[in-house]
Amino acid sequence: MINSQNIIARSATTTEPPQVRSHVEEVAKLIDVSKCIGCKACQVACMEWNDLRDDVGECHGTYDNPTDLTAESWTVMRFSEHESADGNLEWLIRKDGCMHCAEPGCLKACPAPGAIVQYANGIVDFDSNHCIGCGYCITGCPFDIPRISPKDQKSYKCTLCSDRVNAGMEPACVKTCPTNCIEFGTKTDMLARAEKRVGDLKALGFRDAGIYDPAGVGGTHVMYVLHHADDPNRYSGLPKDPRISPLVGAWKGVTKPIMSAIIGITAFAGVIHYMTKGPKEEPEDSPEEEHRATRDGGVPPASLGYDATRRRPGAGRNADDRPQGEDR
Amino acid sequence: MAINVTRRQFFKLGGAGLASSSLAMMGFAPEPAEASIRQFKLTHAKETRNTCTYCSVGCGILIYSKGDGSKNVEQNVFHIEGDPDHPVSRGSLCPKGAGLLDFVHSKGRLAYPQVREAGSDEWKRISWDEALGRIARHMKDDRDANFVQRNAQGQTVNHWTTTGFLAASGSSNEAGYITHKVVRNLGMVAFDNQARV
Amino acid sequence: MTNHWVDIRNANLILSMGGNSAEAHPVGFRWVTEAIEHNHAELITIDPRFTRTGAVAQDKAFIRTGTDIAFLGGLISYLIETDQIQREYVLNYTDAALIVRPDYGFEDGLFSGYDESTRSYDKQSWMYEMGDDGFVRRDESLSDPRCVYQLLREHYSRYTPDMVSSISGIPVETIQRIWKKIAAMAVPDKTMTILYALGWTQHSIGSQIIRTAAMVQLLLGNMGMPGGGVNALRGHSNIQGLTDLGLLSQLLPGYMTLANAKEQEYRAYIDKRIKQPTVEGQVSYWKNYEKFHVSLMKSWFGEAANEGNNWCFDWLPKLERPLYDILDTFERMSKGELNGYFCQGFNPLASFPDRAKVTRALASLKYLVVMDPLNTETSEFWKNYGEYNDVDPSQIDTEVFRLPTCCFAEDDGSIVNSARWLQWHWAAAPPPGDARPDTRIMGELFLKLKQLYLDEGGVFPDPILNLTWDYKIPAEPKAEELAREYNGRALEDLTDEQGNVTRRAGDQLAGFAELTNDGRTAAGCWIFTGCWTEDGNQMANRDNSDPYGTGNTLGWAWAWPMNRRILYNRASADLQGRPWGANKAFIWWDGKQGAWVGADVPDFPTNSPPSQGQMPFIMQPEGVGHLFAGQSMVDGPFPEHYEPFESPVPQNLLHPGKEKARNNPAARIFDEDREALGKPEEFPHAATTYRLTEHFHFWTKHAELNAIVQPQQFVEIGEALAGEIGIVAGDWVKVSSNRGFIKAVAVVTKRLRPMMIGDKQVHHVGIPLHWGFTGVAKKGYLVNALTPFVGDANTQTPEYKSFTVRVEKA
Repeated sequence: MINSQNIIARSATTTEPPQVRSHVEEVAKLIDVSKCIGCKACQVACMEWNDLRDDVGECHGTYDNPTDLTAESWTVMRFSEHESADGNLEWLIRKDGCMHCAEPGCLKACPAPGAIVQYANGIVDFDSNHCIGCGYCITGCPFDIPRISPKDQKSYKCTLCSDRVNAGMEPACVKTCPTNCIEFGTKTDMLARAEKRVGDLKALGFRDAGIYDPAGVGGTHVMYVLHHADDPNRYSGLPKDPRISPLVGAWKGVTKPIMSAIIGITAFAGVIHYMTKGPKEEPEDSPEEEHRATRDGGVPPASLGYDATRRRPGAGRNADDRPQGEDR
Repeated sequence: MAINVTRRQFFKLGGAGLASSSLAMMGFAPEPAEASIRQFKLTHAKETRNTCTYCSVGCGILIYSKGDGSKNVEQNVFHIEGDPDHPVSRGSLCPKGAGLLDFVHSKGRLAYPQVREAGSDEWKRISWDEALGRIARHMKDDRDANFVQRNAQGQTVNHWTTTGFLAASGSSNEAGYITHKVVRNLGMVAFDNQARV
Repeated sequence: MTNHWVDIRNANLILSMGGNSAEAHPVGFRWVTEAIEHNHAELITIDPRFTRTGAVAQDKAFIRTGTDIAFLGGLISYLIETDQIQREYVLNYTDAALIVRPDYGFEDGLFSGYDESTRSYDKQSWMYEMGDDGFVRRDESLSDPRCVYQLLREHYSRYTPDMVSSISGIPVETIQRIWKKIAAMAVPDKTMTILYALGWTQHSIGSQIIRTAAMVQLLLGNMGMPGGGVNALRGHSNIQGLTDLGLLSQLLPGYMTLANAKEQEYRAYIDKRIKQPTVEGQVSYWKNYEKFHVSLMKSWFGEAANEGNNWCFDWLPKLERPLYDILDTFERMSKGELNGYFCQGFNPLASFPDRAKVTRALASLKYLVVMDPLNTETSEFWKNYGEYNDVDPSQIDTEVFRLPTCCFAEDDGSIVNSARWLQWHWAAAPPPGDARPDTRIMGELFLKLKQLYLDEGGVFPDPILNLTWDYKIPAEPKAEELAREYNGRALEDLTDEQGNVTRRAGDQLAGFAELTNDGRTAAGCWIFTGCWTEDGNQMANRDNSDPYGTGNTLGWAWAWPMNRRILYNRASADLQGRPWGANKAFIWWDGKQGAWVGADVPDFPTNSPPSQGQMPFIMQPEGVGHLFAGQSMVDGPFPEHYEPFESPVPQNLLHPGKEKARNNPAARIFDEDREALGKPEEFPHAATTYRLTEHFHFWTKHAELNAIVQPQQFVEIGEALAGEIGIVAGDWVKVSSNRGFIKAVAVVTKRLRPMMIGDKQVHHVGIPLHWGFTGVAKKGYLVNALTPFVGDANTQTPEYKSFTVRVEKA
C-alpha cells in the first residue's frame, strides 16, 4: 500500500506520533533527467491541481519561468547549457522541488506544532493552518525549497500531492509527464527502476550515470537519475552532499531547553513589540544572494553540523529507525 | 494580519512567530495528529471524456465539473487531467493540455455577440438575431452584386469571390462539415483553414 | 501520419527533422522516449537550433534553415552509390524500374517544360513512357538510362558531401556519420521513422522537402512498415479533419477536387479524376471517383441531384485561378477586391505573413465576421494598441462582427488527430454567457440567408434553396446528425450481384465500398464512411487492447480509411506475403484463410493473393510508390534544392550564376511582395519562426497557467551574434525585416551557433511566435510583421521558416 498517510513525525510536538503500521511502504518519485524535455507540464499540472496561480512574470533571458520556486510554484524547471572541453554541448534540464527527505531538515527546524508532518510513506507535508511563517524550515532545508508567501506569511512547498496519493493516484506532475521521465511508486521499486536506467545510460556511454538519493538527509523520496552523477552541481546547482544546516542541529541539540526558555521570552516581547509598533521594516538585503549560494554549489549549504553517522542502517524505514530528535 | 518580513529580517528579528512554538514547549498540548491534512478534491465530481483541443496528438482528457446535471445545477468545470485509458497519451498531458482549465475559463472568452461599427473605436453588444440578420444582409447584398455565373469566356463558373471564409482547424468535424456544406454552396472559393498555413 | 503515434515505439531510428516534436507534440514524443528505452532506438535531430528535442537526442546536426533537400538529396545519392537500399522493395514496390519519356530533362536548375512568363511548368514530358500494350514500360535490371532509378541516380549525383556541407552548413563528418546511421535502416528488419511538421511545410520548397523524405523511405523500404513511414505531426487538433473534409479553396470532401473553369463537361471532369491502372492488374482505387462524387452530391442536394442534371455539377463553383489560397485572397483583399470575410476560429492578423499587408487588407473590407471563443487580435485589428497595433480606428470603415463560440469542453463531436483517428468527445459544461456552437451559428446564418432568397429572390439561388437540411431542429443541427450524414446512408435498397439486399434503404453504410455512382447512396465525406454505422458511433469506441503487441489498438476510436492504422501496410510483407522480418510482422497473407490477416486492417484487397501481383500502393495507377512524381507536383518530378526567397546566401550553390534557379522557379510571388524582399547586405541574419512547448499558437496567451510558465516574448540569439551586437541575455533587441520589426527580450544561448556557408558566416535568429496584443501574457509584437508574403509552389503555405532579418540592440 502506498496510500497510507499516517503521520509519523510532526514538527515541534512532544507527544508520540500515532503508531506506525508495519505494512506501510515508503513511496518515491523518480525523475530521470536524461528523459526530461523541460516542457514544464509538471509545473502547470502542479499549479492546476493545487489551485495555485503564480504571477505572470517576465522573460529574463532564459527559458526558466517562473525563475525560482515561490509559494505558488512548488516546482520549476531549471535549464543549464553545459559545454564540455571537447565542445560537446548538453542542455541539462532539472525539475526542482521538494526532495521529501527521509530526515527532513525543515521538520526538524520547524517550531510550530503540526506545521510540518511526515507520513509513514515518507511524504513531508506542510500544513499551513499551523504555519507561523518563521522561515526556519528554509534554514533547515539543504535544498532551499520552502518559500514564504508574501500574501499570507506562511511557508509552502510541494506536498507530493499527498491528497492524490491518499486516494490511490499518482502526483499530478508524475501523471502529466509526457516523456515518462517522472515516475512514482514504492521507494524499492523506484530504486530498481533507477538502477535499470543507470545501466541504460552507461550503455549509451554515460560512464558517470547514477542515482541521486543523498545519504546526508537520510535518502530522499524524490530521486534523480543523472547522466553525470559525479557532478550533480552541473544540473543548476544540485548539491553534491546535502546536509541539514548546523544551525538546526544546534537548535535541536543541547541548546534547545535553554533556548526555548529564552525564545519564549523574546517571542513574547516580540509580540508586544509588534502589537505596539507594527512590523519592523528593514531593507531587503538580497535574499537572492542566499538562494544562489545554496544552488550554485559554490558554497555547500550544509557542510557542517549534521552528523550522518547518527543514521542507522535502514534509516527512514520506520519511525523507530529515525534519529531521535527532541521535536519528537 | 499580514506581517511583512523577509526571511533574513526574521532571523535578525528573532520574532513574534516563534511564540506559539515556545508556548507549546512550555507545556501547551499540541493538537491531535490527523491522518491526512488534505482533502481530495475530485470526490463526487462529474467526469466527462473529451479530447485536447490543441495539437494533433489528440490526447484523451477527463474534464471534472461540479454539479451532477440536476435541473437546478449548472456544470462548472474545475479540473482537467489526462485520460489514462487513452492509448497514445496514457494519462499524460503537456503544459498546454495540463493548463486547459485556464483556456476554458480564460478572461479572454467571448460571451456575447458584438459589433464594431465603421470608424468606431469600441464594441457594442448586440443580440444574436441582430448580428446574424445584419451579417446575412451583407452576404446577400454582396453575393447578389458580385456572384459570377459566367466568366468573360462564357464558361459557367457559378462562383462568388468577393467574400471569403477561413474555417477553424480547432473545430469539430461536424462544424467543419456543415461549414463546408454552407460555404461551398453559396459559391465561395476563397475558402481555407489552417492547413493552408 | 502514414503511421501513428504509438507505432513510433517500433522504430529503430527516429529522424526528427523539420519539426520539434518534444516541444510541439510532447505527449506524442513519449513514444520516441519509449523507442529509445525499450527498442534501443536512436534519435537524431536535424534542425537549425538545439531544441528541447535535441536535449534528449543521441545525435544532432545543425542545418541552415531551408536546406533540407540538399541534405536528403545527398542521402539519396549516398544510398544509391553505396548500394544501401532495400533492393527487393525498391524493385517491386516503387517505380524505380519504370521508364520515363525521352523528352524529360533537367538543365541549369530547371526541369523540361519551364515557362518563365508564367513561372510554371508544362508537365507533359514528366511522364512514364507507355508501351504498345497501353501500360508503362519497365526495365527490371534498373540499368536503362531512362528508368527512374538511373534518372534519380543522375539527378542526385551532384549532391556530394562537400556540396551538401557548403549549402547546409553541416560539417562533412557529421553528414557522413548520420547518413551511415540512416543507411543501416535499409535492411528488411530495421526501420526508421521520420517525424516532421511545419519546419518542412513552411518553405517555398516545402512540399518537395517532404517528398524527398518519402523517397528516402521508399529506398530504405520503410513505407507501410511498423516503425516506419513519413509522419506529418500536424499542428492543430483537427487540422487533419478539416483537410479530410476539404475545407480548402480547391477541394471537396475526401480529397476530391473542384472543377476548373475549363472543365465545363461533367463526364470529362469525372474521367480526368478516375485513374485507371497504368500497370496491368493494379487496384488504382481512384477509379471509383465517381461513386464518391455522386454520393457527395446526393448528400448535399438529395432529390435535386440526378443523372439528368449531372448530379448538379454546375451548382458547384468552378475555379478560375489556379488557387484561391490565403495569399491570393489577401493579395486581392489588399487591392480592395473583397467585401466580406469570415474568420471562424482563425486569427489571420497574427497568423498570416507580412502583417502590415494583412492590416491593410482587412481595413479595406466592408464587413468582417469573427467567430471565436477568444478575443483574437484579428477581431481588434482596428483598435489602437500603441506600438503593438498602431492604427487609427477612425480611418477604418470595416464593420466587424464578433460572435462568441463554444470551446472543446462545451460541445459534442469528433476531431481527427494526425494519425487519422476520429475521436468523439462530449460536452462537459455550458459555454459562457450566450456563446453558441459553430454548428448552430452556421445553421442559423444559413437559414436567415435562405429566407432572404425566398423572400426577395436573388442571383442563382438554386444551391441555397435545394441544399438538404433535414435536421430535427433546423437552426441547431446536432453533431450526431451531421456525423451520420458525412458517414452516409443507402437511399434505396442496395443489392449484390445475385440480387440479394445487402443494405436496406435508410441504413447507415459500413464502408465506402458500398458507395454507388447511380444515386442510390449518399455520403458527405467518403473517406469517413464507416465511422457511424448501423452498429453506432465507431468514433466513440474505447477498447484500448493491443492483441498483437504492436501498439495497434483497432478498438480505440476509428481511423480513416476503414479503420486502418498504417497506410500502405501491404508493403510490410514481401512479394510472397511474408513479413520482411519477424520483429516487423504486421499483416501477412494467410493461405489457409485465403486472406490478408494480422494486427491491422489490410490497406489492400483482403482476398487478393500475392500471386495475383497487385502492388501495395493502391491509390497509385501503377500500384507502386513514386520516386518520380510525374504529375502530382507543379515544381519538378524530382526535388531540387532552391534557396529561400530571402536568403543570407546570394546564390544557389548548385547553380551558381543561374538567377532563374536561385529560388523555386515555380513558386508564385506577387510583384509588390517581391519588391518587399530584403537584401542580404541589409538583413544578414537567417531567421526562423516557431512554437515553444509552453504555448499553443496565439491561444494559450489567454490561459493564465501558460502565461505564467512563459510570460513574455523573446528571441533566441547565439552567443557569437550577441557579442557582435553587444548584448547579453535579458537585454532588449529589435529585429527587423524589410517589412516590419518586433522588439523582444534576448535569450542568449550556446544552442545557436554560427555556420560557415561557403566563405560566409551565417547567424540564425530564432523567433518564437506566441505573443500579441490580447491575452493575459505580457503584450508582444506579432512576429508575422517580419515574414515574407510568398509560399510553397504546390500548397502556397507561406515561407515562415526561412527569411532574413537584422538584429540590433533596442
